[in-house]
Amino acid sequence: MIEERFDAIVVGAGMAGNAAALTMAKRGMKVLQIERGEYPGSKNVQGAILYADMLEKLVPDFREDAPLERHLVEQRFWMMDGKSHTGLHHRSEDFNEEKPNRYTIIRAQFDKWLSSKAQEAGAIVLCETTVKELVQDAYGKVIGVITDRDGGQVHADVVVLAEGVNGLLGTKAALRERPTPENVALAVKEMHFLPRETIETRFNLKGDEGVVIEAAGTISAGMTGMGFIYTNKESISIGIGCLVSDFQKTGETPYGLLERFKKHPSVAPLIEGSEVKEYAGHLIPEGGYKAIPQLYGDGWVVVGDAAQLNNAMHREGSNLAMTSGRIAGEAIFQVKSRKDPMTKENLALYKKMLDDSFVIKDLKKYKDMPALLHIQSQNFFLTYPQLVNKALQNFVRVDGTPKIEKEKTTIKSFVSARSWGGLFGDAFRLARAWR
Amino acid sequence: MTTEAPVRVEDKLYQNRYLVDVGNAHIKVKPHTKPSPELLALLKICPAHCYELNSNGQVEVTPDGCVECGTCRVLAEGGGDIEWSYPRGGYGVLFKFG
Repeated sequence: MIEERFDAIVVGAGMAGNAAALTMAKRGMKVLQIERGEYPGSKNVQGAILYADMLEKLVPDFREDAPLERHLVEQRFWMMDGKSHTGLHHRSEDFNEEKPNRYTIIRAQFDKWLSSKAQEAGAIVLCETTVKELVQDAYGKVIGVITDRDGGQVHADVVVLAEGVNGLLGTKAALRERPTPENVALAVKEMHFLPRETIETRFNLKGDEGVVIEAAGTISAGMTGMGFIYTNKESISIGIGCLVSDFQKTGETPYGLLERFKKHPSVAPLIEGSEVKEYAGHLIPEGGYKAIPQLYGDGWVVVGDAAQLNNAMHREGSNLAMTSGRIAGEAIFQVKSRKDPMTKENLALYKKMLDDSFVIKDLKKYKDMPALLHIQSQNFFLTYPQLVNKALQNFVRVDGTPKIEKEKTTIKSFVSARSWGGLFGDAFRLARAWR
Repeated sequence: MTTEAPVRVEDKLYQNRYLVDVGNAHIKVKPHTKPSPELLALLKICPAHCYELNSNGQVEVTPDGCVECGTCRVLAEGGGDIEWSYPRGGYGVLFKFG
């Protein structure tokens, strides 16, 4: 094992860990990063969409060599029932800009690349090494880690916990709680391979243009959850995720849900004839602002998914991870530059900087949304999608029924399902949680 | 919906790469006579179908196909039903795409 002492140890080589390691190494700090996978990215799972702005702050010229799949020109939101979908689509030629705003990526490849940037900046990355415990001194200050290598204890002034949503270390050391079933969603995903021309024809694309579809409705069987379909160059990422507490309540299986989603008549033609090359499962932090744990302490900070930093409303996870990792790295560097010790008081700077960023501001805006969607899941993910699809079908089907009667039928179906009070109540609660 | 064939998750896991740490299971079920509701929930919720009932009605785990999501930890570690650790460095699932 490495004998020397480091300025910082980063646990994990996902988005948050790589951002922290890169930020500190770039500023000349001695950084050791520890990753349990075979290579950075080999344990990481995401949809996956990458937002350019947050990466630009780390690697300004990333477009030159980052492994990007497709830049997104179209976004579809689908509200589904068993046979139909009603959609809101936004497609714009503006997205074919010189520096596109959003891309699809494949995490195993992307993380390897981002890690190479941290290594070029001087970070030492140790793979195939699991951190078993944090080392704390007599006063509880974190002073290093114990790994599963022989004589695997390493010391540092500060440890950055970028260990992901299922972070064991922080819980084991009683720095934060284990996530609760209400605060995490279980998502499963498959990678479907098709020739790129087939993907381009099916999704109406040219060149490296891409489409993403976010789908909610009866496909989650009344549970709080969403399905997604993302186009990559030669593959389609398709998956579905719901709250763990809802899975527990319904007894649905995640793979059963995925199969049903894939067989839906709106979805099946998109993936027909594909070759599946991987099946993954992963937890997603969904608790929002109210689930954020203590973010720093004596000798440690926590970043990314491990800190529950995920904006479920906007499907922004990895860019909050990248941003929190970068901010943590900058805060640690500032404390070090002042030659101050890595105490809780000094590392509070990380929280302050994070509070001032979009990360906490956005999560605060939607602080009541997770609870609302959870309590109202039957209405928002079952009743309304069915009503909306029925109403739209009624509207577009021309069969000699006078339009006034059609309108009456639609209004009646909404009122009998939810009552006037229920409808206004739901609208009011949704508006209030959105603010 | 009731007529759909059961999904075989084993066929899905077959696509994945694993390096199994033989003899070092990273998840263990604590000995029990009657499974708790949380343990029973794992029979369905585990996305890799690692949990099964044995002939004595106890819940057993075979974590060879585990995708390391942590769902079972979130549900059942708190009540003491299971012990959860990550596989040794380099072992376990190896995502090519992720």
